[in-house]
Amino acid sequence: MPKVKIPRKSTTIDMTAMCDVAFLLLSFFILATKQKPPEVLSVTPPASVSAKAAPDKSILITLTKDGKAFLMLGDETKKADILNNINTDKALNLSPAELAKWTKAPFVGLPFNMIKGSLASEKEIPANQLPGIPVDSTDNQMVDWIRAVVKAYVGVDQRKLQEMLLVKGDNEALYPTFKNIKQAFKKNEIFKFRIVTNGEAVPAGSELYMKGSAN
Amino acid sequence: MAEMDTSSGGGHKKGPGVKKGKKLSTRVDLTPMVDLGFLLITFFVFTTTMSQSTAMNMNEPKDDSTQQLKVKNSGAMTILLGKGNQVYYYYGQLEADKLSEQFKSTNFKEIRSLIVEKKKKTNIDDLMYIIKSDKESTFKNAIDILDEMTICDVPPGHYAEVDMTDTEQLLIKKTEEANGVQ
Repeated sequence: MPKVKIPRKSTTIDMTAMCDVAFLLLSFFILATKQKPPEVLSVTPPASVSAKAAPDKSILITLTKDGKAFLMLGDETKKADILNNINTDKALNLSPAELAKWTKAPFVGLPFNMIKGSLASEKEIPANQLPGIPVDSTDNQMVDWIRAVVKAYVGVDQRKLQEMLLVKGDNEALYPTFKNIKQAFKKNEIFKFRIVTNGEAVPAGSELYMKGSAN
Repeated sequence: MAEMDTSSGGGHKKGPGVKKGKKLSTRVDLTPMVDLGFLLITFFVFTTTMSQSTAMNMNEPKDDSTQQLKVKNSGAMTILLGKGNQVYYYYGQLEADKLSEQFKSTNFKEIRSLIVEKKKKTNIDDLMYIIKSDKESTFKNAIDILDEMTICDVPPGHYAEVDMTDTEQLLIKKTEEANGVQ
């Protein structure tokens, strides 16, 4: 019987195609993911079972670990209006040039009496050294800020405004600061706002879980 | 492990002394590059899905003294949030002579079963959870307890945030000292 020769084939495969696929996927994922808005302050929000996504365009009050409050005006169309309202209400005496410079700033983290000075000076204070907007029970400037916001949105669908008002707080921020922010909303007749949280699954076996699985 | 082209053996012999120009293959092994590509994909996929932020609704009541809610003693459970993630609670109203019996301390892990237990025992119309946060409790505590209400499916309007009274403040302080909460 003649021997059957099995031809020895190389085990190496051409990897070029696979490499192409890998990098195609990689570039797809990088381009398809939405970029987070610039985060100036590092804050770890608490978790909640809420499944609603936080809106992109928002008026965001950030509460840091050490109890400082910052305000980020995410709606570019109204930002100039809001800052202008503050300028006139609080008599900050800002020149149009200073106001324009202020509009470009990503967020507010200064008490009213320091704003003019900081806009006039060339040097920018690093974000972690800003004093934040005062929200003490004696001097709650957030009330004025929210008043300015409400004023800028007069005539606009109020439900839309409510959806835009967000509070993002750090896990370790103390409760009284948060309470003062709530007070600031209440004083301006706003009773609905939203808290930014990290999404979390509903714990298995809980009432909400049962309700969800029954539907 | 770039492959070497070994097929050039044989063929044209140029005699001794003439050096053969070695022909190197242009093929490169792409396996490590594929590995790298997939590693990066995994990395990006994991990091992006983790940081998805959600929004939780907050509804504040109007501060209206004429519309004070009357809460039935039998249906009320007061939850107090203290420092160091401690939770205290009592049912009904505090009575001066039974303070130590009524006022109990717990933590966030166990509060859920207590909330559910109370909910099952009480007529839904009478049910009311009163949440009070101490000065030294954190933002996380305040959000967690509201989340706990959602998890336990307590209907809105059956829980409220109220300011703490001095008696309760004192009780928390005493309990903290007794339990050694930092």
